[in-house]
Amino acid sequence: MSEQAHATTATYLRIAAILVMITLIEVGIFYVPTFQTILVPLLLMLSAVKFTLVVMFYMHLKFDNRFFAFLFGGPLLLALAVVVSLLLIFYGAVRLRTGS
Amino acid sequence: MTRASTHTYEAHRTSMGLDSRKMAFWAFIGSECLLFGSLISTYLVYKGRSLTGPYPHEILNIPFTSFSTFDLLMSSLAMVLALAAVQRGDMKQGKLWLLVTALLGLVFLGGQFWEFSHFVHEGLGLTTNLFGSTFYVLTGTHGAHVTVGVIWLLTLWVQAVRGKLGPANAMTVEITGLYWHFVDVVWIVIFTVVYLIQ
Repeated sequence: MSEQAHATTATYLRIAAILVMITLIEVGIFYVPTFQTILVPLLLMLSAVKFTLVVMFYMHLKFDNRFFAFLFGGPLLLALAVVVSLLLIFYGAVRLRTGS
Repeated sequence: MTRASTHTYEAHRTSMGLDSRKMAFWAFIGSECLLFGSLISTYLVYKGRSLTGPYPHEILNIPFTSFSTFDLLMSSLAMVLALAAVQRGDMKQGKLWLLVTALLGLVFLGGQFWEFSHFVHEGLGLTTNLFGSTFYVLTGTHGAHVTVGVIWLLTLWVQAVRGKLGPANAMTVEITGLYWHFVDVVWIVIFTVVYLIQ
């Protein structure tokens, strides 16, 4: 399968509207004290949705050959693994040192 | 498509039937994921470890950065509209949206310059504390990428104005778009990790 037809202009505009709405929600919940307990997972989830929308529709991964998704997704997963591993190692070492 | 452009098109095909330039660029973007992954990891690992101020909650300006985020999201929209216009041969629209994308990128860079100047004025330098070091390296690297993108976009716009960019070069615009959208998705992550999760 080679490259396929991309999305329409109407789709691009809809995606832009969704991205702006999600950004407004992100900033909104940042200021609402009620959300402070679930702020981090909520913001990470909203950020992931925005990231996915841009990659799928604006970078055309949804419509393009799957090999491109592999070229991008492989290193992206590796980068995520690096982030998670470093955080676990670092905060694990801190906990061991402080005994908490 | 002319014989010459058909020849050029075929010359860039791989045995998988994919454009080799696009394939190489996706591999480059993959490597960029690792670069920014390591910078974001460093920021997170040293988060909250500064022994002296200014601290993030004292200095970060969320409303201002929200505007920068909106600006970059709109530049991504302008970029896809530029690509769509070039692909359908509407070079008048193509030129317009390429210029709009570059200008929105310049607005973002202006905002970052103002933000950095303000932070330095408030006493946060590159070597002030761990927050300053990790913040400037992460956002500065992103800003350098935006600068490269703006120069690239303006180069394409000049080519389009001179009549040297058309539907036959749509892949060049698509690859520029891939770079620009990647810069945008990196900012989506930075905005959440650095600015909103304090």
